[in-house]
Amino acid sequence: MAEAAMSVDHEDIQGLVRFGYRHLTQACFLLLRIRDAEAARAWLATAPVSSAAARKPPPSTAMQIAFTSAGLRALGVAEDTVDGFSAEFLAGMSSDAGRARRLGDLGANDPRHWQWGGAADRLPHVLVMLYAVPGGLDAWLQTVRAQCDAGFEQIASLATSDMDGVEPFGFVDGISQPNVDWERQRAVDDEERLDYTNLSCLGEYLLGYPNEYGAYTDRPLLDAARDPAASLPRAEDHADKADLGRNGSYLVMRQLQQDVEGFWRFIDGQAGGDAGLRKKLAEAMVGRTMAGEPLVPGARPDDPLNGFTYERDADGLRCPFGAHIRRSNPRNADLPPGASNLISRMVRTLGFGSSARRNDLIASTRFHRLLRRGREYGGAAGEETGLHFVCLGANIARQFEFVQGAWLAGTKFDALAGEGDPLLGHRLPGPDGLPTDGFSMPAATGPDRCLSGLPQFVTVRGGAYFFLPGIRALRYLSKVPS
Amino acid sequence: MTPQSHFVVAAAIAPGREPGLRKLLASMNTAPGIVDPANVLLPFGAFPRLHYARFAVLGDATMADLEVFGLPRPRVPIYLVFMGDCDGPAEAQLAEFVQRAGDGLRRIFSHCKGLDVRDDLLEWLMEHDRPVAAPYVNWIGRTVVQIREESALQRALSSRVVRDVNEPAADPQRLRRELVAFVRTEQAAGRIVLTPPAPTPLGWRIRNTLHAIGLPLAALLLLPLEIVLLPVVLVLLRRHEKRDPEYCPRPRAAAVREMQQLEDHDPSNSFTALGPVKPGLFRRWLVQLLLVLIAYACRHVFGRGHLGRVRTIHFAHWVFLDDKTRVLFASSYDGSHESYMDDFINKVAWGLNLIFSNGFGWPRTDWLIKGGARHELRFKYYQRGHQLPTQVWYKAYPGLTLTDLDRNRRIREGFEDVEMSDAQVLAWLKLL
Repeated sequence: MAEAAMSVDHEDIQGLVRFGYRHLTQACFLLLRIRDAEAARAWLATAPVSSAAARKPPPSTAMQIAFTSAGLRALGVAEDTVDGFSAEFLAGMSSDAGRARRLGDLGANDPRHWQWGGAADRLPHVLVMLYAVPGGLDAWLQTVRAQCDAGFEQIASLATSDMDGVEPFGFVDGISQPNVDWERQRAVDDEERLDYTNLSCLGEYLLGYPNEYGAYTDRPLLDAARDPAASLPRAEDHADKADLGRNGSYLVMRQLQQDVEGFWRFIDGQAGGDAGLRKKLAEAMVGRTMAGEPLVPGARPDDPLNGFTYERDADGLRCPFGAHIRRSNPRNADLPPGASNLISRMVRTLGFGSSARRNDLIASTRFHRLLRRGREYGGAAGEETGLHFVCLGANIARQFEFVQGAWLAGTKFDALAGEGDPLLGHRLPGPDGLPTDGFSMPAATGPDRCLSGLPQFVTVRGGAYFFLPGIRALRYLSKVPS
Repeated sequence: MTPQSHFVVAAAIAPGREPGLRKLLASMNTAPGIVDPANVLLPFGAFPRLHYARFAVLGDATMADLEVFGLPRPRVPIYLVFMGDCDGPAEAQLAEFVQRAGDGLRRIFSHCKGLDVRDDLLEWLMEHDRPVAAPYVNWIGRTVVQIREESALQRALSSRVVRDVNEPAADPQRLRRELVAFVRTEQAAGRIVLTPPAPTPLGWRIRNTLHAIGLPLAALLLLPLEIVLLPVVLVLLRRHEKRDPEYCPRPRAAAVREMQQLEDHDPSNSFTALGPVKPGLFRRWLVQLLLVLIAYACRHVFGRGHLGRVRTIHFAHWVFLDDKTRVLFASSYDGSHESYMDDFINKVAWGLNLIFSNGFGWPRTDWLIKGGARHELRFKYYQRGHQLPTQVWYKAYPGLTLTDLDRNRRIREGFEDVEMSDAQVLAWLKLL
C-alpha cells in the first residue's frame, strides 16, 4: 500500500480513541433522546467535536458524540445503512435474556433495574461526552446544552469525579491499556504470534483498518451514489465504496456502582484485624497492589506496571488465577509456551506437550483487548460511587462481550471450580445450585485458600452500545435524508 | 473400561406434522433451552448410561444457497433427529429407551413418515439409526456413573478441606491421610461410592486394535498409488479452491436470537448444524476420505481430553445424510457460542478447514488448511447460518465442565494411589 494511503487522518477520528483526556479532569456524559430529528441533525452538522489530532497547547474542553442504533434510526439514517453495523450494536446491550445471561446481567444487574439503557424509553439515542479543565465544565455544559436543546431531550446527565487515577475501592486504575499501533507497523497478515505483546492493531479499535486477523471488520460500506459529495473516506478494502465506519469505533458504556464500604467491610471481616492481611487479600482479588504494581515478578524495567505476563506464575501463587486483572487480560500468546523449533510448535498445535490442568485453556489474548476510557463518579460522603466504564473496540462480540462473558462473568474461567470475578461477580448460584461467591487463592503449602460468601460489590446500573463515528461520518449522518 | 457409542436416529417428518411435533418437543422442556430430565415422553434422567441426548428438527434452509449460484437444489426431507451418546452399545441404550419410554418415543416419531403402529419400535429406530462418519469423545471410557461418583467425591473432599486464610498450613501428608481416611469411612457408610471400571469388552479391544493398525497399514500398502495421485489431487484441490463459490451472508438476527434463547442455561451448550457438501465428485470423495482420517484421529490420537488444542468439546459427530450430499455436525461443548467459535478460529482453524471447507459456501481456503475459518467474520456468519436450534438437549451432569471432569478424575486417581511423594500430595491437595 502506498505511504499516503497508509497514513492515519487524526483529524477525522474522535479524540477519545487516541487520548484519555487526563488533563481534562472534569467530565460529564449526556444521555439524550432525539426529540426533533431536523434540529438534531442541524446541531450535529456543526457540533464542535474534538479530533485525535494533537493540539498545542492542549484544548481546555473536549466533546465526543456517539449514537446507539436506535439513535441512528431516530436521526433518519436509512435502514439498510444502519443494518451494515454489527449485530451486537444493532441489538443493544440490554436486548434479551440470552445476552443478559452471557454478560452476567442477572439478579441485581438485570437491565430491568437499570437507571438507563434498560427500558425502551430509557434507552439513549445519543451520547455526548463533555470534558473540561478544572472549573471549566459548567460553562462548557451550558454552552453545549444551549446549542442542542432544540433537538434533544435529556435522559440523564452522568456526572464524573476526578479521583486522580484511583478507582473508588482505592486501587490505581487504567494501567493496562493496549498500545494501539497508530503507525501501522504491525504486519497485515494472519500469522501465529508466539509472544504476548501489548502492541495491538489499529483495526482492533477503529473500523476501516486491518485487525489482528489482517482483515477488515464489517461496517456499512455505501455505494458511491449514496455519497455524491464524496464526503466520506473510501474503503481501503473496497476502493469504490464510501466507508461510513472508517475512523469510527464502537463504544461500550456501563455504569458500575461500587459498594466501597461493603468491599472493605467484607475484607476486614476476613482479615480479622490484621492490617497486612487486609491489604494482601484486597490486592489478591484485584491482582495488583493498591499502587498498581503487578503481583507477579519479572516485569520489564522499561514498563514496570504493564510489561509482564503470567508465564512465571503458572501455579497462580503470586497472582491468583481468578484475580480481576488476570481474568480481564490473561496476557498470553497464540500458542502455549514452549521451544520455538518446528517440532515443538507442531506438538503444541496438536494440543500435546503438556498434561498440566490449565494447559491452553486460554489463548490468543490479542483478539480480546479493550481500550478503556472510563471515568469514576460520585464518592462524596453518602453519595453513590462507581465507575462509568467506557471501552472502545471494533468488534463488540469478540472484545467487550467476550471479556465480560467468558472471562469475568464465567464461573469456570481457567479451570476454576465455580467462582465469578471477585470484583464484578453477581454471586448468584450456578445452574447446578452451587455457589459462585468464592475466591480461591492457590497456596504453596497445601489446598487453595478460599474466601467464601463474597457479597456483590459492583452492580450494573445502566449501559448501552454506541457507535463513535469518524468526524466526516458524523457530518454525513447529520445530513442524510433530503 | 466402557467405551462410548452414539445413536443418530433420523426420520423424515410427515407432511403437515412439523408444527405439532415442535409443540410436543417443547413440552419436554421446562423453559426453552432447559430440558425436564423427568419429562413424561422420554425421562432422560432415568437412563444412567446416557451422557447427552437431543432432538432437533433439521430444516433445509441452507440448501437454498445452491440456488444463489444457479445450481440445482436437491429436494431433501425435513428430518427429526434424535441423537445421543451413551456408555456401552447404542443398541442396548435404544432398547432401554423403548422398554421404559416406548409410548413417549412412539408419540414423537408418529410425526415422522413410515412409523406404523404395528411396527416394532426398536427395529424401526435401528433402521433409522445413521452411522456416525466420525465421532469424537473427549475422554474415551469415562462413564456417566464415573462422572457422577467422582463429582460426589470431589464435593465431599472439597467441603472437608479447611481453607481459611487465617489457619496455619497443615502438613500435606497428614492432611491427605486424614482425607483418605474420611473417604474410606464415607465409603463404608455407603455415602461415597467409587465403582471400579468395568473390564474392556474383548470384541471392542480387538476391533480397536485392528482399526489402529489397519488404516496405517492400508495407507502404507497404497503408498505408491498415493504418491502418484497426490500431485493430481493437489492440482484438483487448488482448482476447486479457486473456483468454489463462497457464501457467508450474515444470518438473520431473529434466527440467531432464537438459538441464543436456548443457549447459556448451563456452562455447556449444544451445537447442531447442517449443510450441503459442495457439488461434484471431487469434494464428495475428499470429504469421505477426510472423515475416515478424522475418525481415526479421534479414536486413536485424541480421546484423552482434547481435540487438537480444543479442550471444551464433550462429544462431536459428523453424520452423512441424503446419499452423502449433506453433512450433519452436532456437538456438546463448554462455554458460550462466541467463545466456542473463537477457540475454533484461534486454535484449530486448520482442522475445521480440513472438513468443513468441503461444505458449500465455506470461506475460501488455501491448501485445504489455510484461510477458511481464519476469515473470522465470514466463518462466524457461516456457522451461525448453518446452525439449527436444538429443540431438546439433555446433559447428564448439569453444571460440570470438562475441566471439572478432568479435575475430578485426577482427584480420584490420587485418592486411589497407594504411595505419593510430597510433591504429588501437594499437587493432589491443590485439586480439591
